[in-house]
Amino acid sequence: MTTTPVRTIAPGMPLPLRQRIRLWIESEPVLAYLFMSPGWLILLLFMSYPFFLGIWISLTDRTVGLPTGEFVGLRNYRDLLRDGVFRLTVLNTFIYGFVTVPFKLLLGLLLALLLNQAFRLRNVLRAALLLPWIVPTALSSLAWLMLYDPVLSPFSWLLKDWGVVEGSIAFLGSRVNAIVSLCVANIWRGTPFFAVAILAGLQAVPHELHEAAAIEGANAIQRFFAVTLPVIRGIVVITTLFSIIWTFADFQLVYVLTKGGPANSTHIFGTFAWQEGIGGAGKLGMGAAVSLYMFPILAALSAILLRYVRSQET
Amino acid sequence: MAEVIYDHVTKRFDSVVAVNDLTLEVKDGEFLVLVGPSGCGKTTALRCLAGLEEVTSGDILIGDRVVTHIPPKDRDIAMVFQNYALYPHMTVYDNMAFGLKLRKVPKQEIDRRVKEAAEILGIQELLNRKPRQLSGGQRQRVALGRAIVREPQVFLMDEPLSNLDAKLRVQTRGELIKLQRRLGVTTIYVTHDQVEAMTMGHRIAVMNQGVLQQLDTPENLYDRPANLFVATFIGSPAMNIFPVKVVSGDGAYRLIAGEVTLEVPPSHRSRLADYVGREVLLGIRPEDLEVAVSNEAQRGDTVRLPVELIEPLGAETLVHLRGPAGTLIAQGEPRIRLNPGDVVTVRVRTEHLHTFDPQTEAAIF
Ligand SMILES: Nc1ncnc2c1ncn2[C@@H]1O[C@H](COP(=O)(O)OP(=O)(O)O)[C@@H](O)[C@H]1O
Ligand SMILES: [Mg+2]
Repeated sequence: MTTTPVRTIAPGMPLPLRQRIRLWIESEPVLAYLFMSPGWLILLLFMSYPFFLGIWISLTDRTVGLPTGEFVGLRNYRDLLRDGVFRLTVLNTFIYGFVTVPFKLLLGLLLALLLNQAFRLRNVLRAALLLPWIVPTALSSLAWLMLYDPVLSPFSWLLKDWGVVEGSIAFLGSRVNAIVSLCVANIWRGTPFFAVAILAGLQAVPHELHEAAAIEGANAIQRFFAVTLPVIRGIVVITTLFSIIWTFADFQLVYVLTKGGPANSTHIFGTFAWQEGIGGAGKLGMGAAVSLYMFPILAALSAILLRYVRSQET
Repeated sequence: MAEVIYDHVTKRFDSVVAVNDLTLEVKDGEFLVLVGPSGCGKTTALRCLAGLEEVTSGDILIGDRVVTHIPPKDRDIAMVFQNYALYPHMTVYDNMAFGLKLRKVPKQEIDRRVKEAAEILGIQELLNRKPRQLSGGQRQRVALGRAIVREPQVFLMDEPLSNLDAKLRVQTRGELIKLQRRLGVTTIYVTHDQVEAMTMGHRIAVMNQGVLQQLDTPENLYDRPANLFVATFIGSPAMNIFPVKVVSGDGAYRLIAGEVTLEVPPSHRSRLADYVGREVLLGIRPEDLEVAVSNEAQRGDTVRLPVELIEPLGAETLVHLRGPAGTLIAQGEPRIRLNPGDVVTVRVRTEHLHTFDPQTEAAIF
């Protein structure tokens, strides 16, 4: 066994190299970064590399099938701004993101409040509630495709049967119809997430608070605003921000239902990027540029989300 | 202010009978304590009064009003919960003002009442704080304040002190008594702690397994327990209980268990007449066993027993004695000098003996 001889070190005298390295490594800031390094490495490899590669590609005229392309600067970005389809895509994405979320929030909240009541079959219903969210979107979107079928749609059948409409409805046949149909399907898929998150929040509301408020004279609505809402506020905010981000970055639902049609009028960022970059034209550079236009929006939303989460921690 | 009446109230949860045919009258301005072991139905009884539970049968009256099917908010009561149930996002002021705002009390009146209650409770400085910035004792005061500002007919309190540490609990206990005497509001106070019950209540209702055992003043509960349960539940250390045989002869009644023979005081004899030749349960409170380190001969009120263990508690010493059927605890002098194994003479204050029917467990005397 070797023991380091005990030496008194005069102030100012240099330490041996090995000891200096050890001290350096064991100092807290350095150690912290060392511990974080595996995480950083994974982020770097699987997220930063594709991200920067994407930026690089967006600055070229690279196409599918060719190994490299010419550097074209910001030409792709400039061309997109002049492209009517792209401008419509931006509008669609905002509609898709901001119109569906309030509905999802409201429906989710109502469902959560309902499922928080004691009644028979509650657990069965709670499990069933998760279904739209668990089923792969690609699969559930196919079901919606059938529901929206111009000829076979059961919605059309029902409405015709009730005498509400004359002929079948072209759910995906015009831009307005298609966007409404997309939003409805998206609300259906996204509501359970809100419901489950808010239900978890509701269960954290102490029972006595409701009882205390009831004794003091608060009716159900007053209790909701005075007792329930303040407790679940954080969850509602975080869930909403998450949902906006996910809806902005959606792809599957729109791709399966409309592919951006009719006449490229229902694209959102995801589907338009795919069509430009891989699907139709195969212009990889252009596709990458479409995606990257989404970046500042998502970054801003994420920043708001993170700030909020941090403000709740203290 | 008002009196409260439970009229044959029963509350069932599926198969559990939480409150069983409770009949109870609380006088106007009285501080009534509901006490009993955990799970005996105290909270349920209180919640029935508050309207938080629907009674299965029976009626509840507050003042002259039958409130059995009236919602909580219209019963004119205020409740203090065990964990205080303060609204976490509201300031202390808003916590206290909330109920008044809901009842559309004018702003100045709210302000006056909140400030007055805050002064009574000494929490004026805390009015702008949120509950999480308060200590347990302060929260407890805010919960009380919230009840006081409402100026209700009845205060309901469910173990309001049990989340405080021992020292604060004793202090708050005293303050709560003074407060109630000052406000004169009828109060029903639930606790499982018999010391709290004895010190706070004008009268005490002892419950066990949903059934009211005895409703009486603290003195009477202690000196004249109605049955074995009350006798052993009230008092600490608990009353010593052991079976004895009732024997009559020479114009006297004696209670005999092994080596121990005690003479029944003449005043109690008539009650025992039916039990001669039978076994009864004898109860002796620890303070009615006087330990003397002497070698007197045994008389009608003394027994000689070996010491098992000494517990010096400071103000008193608990002496564990090997009795005829298990350990007997005697409350001895503070600095008594004894060792395990010593055989001591114990004088029994026979005028304070209790006896119980072994079948019904009801008190004989
Ligand atoms: N909501 C309820 N559902 C079913 N059983 C209950 C409910 N509340 C209380 N009980 C039962 O009723 C009995 C009395 O409970 P409780 O009134 O809380 O007792 P205590 O307050 O004296 O400890 C217990 O056996 C308890 O399990
Ligand atoms: Mg209880």
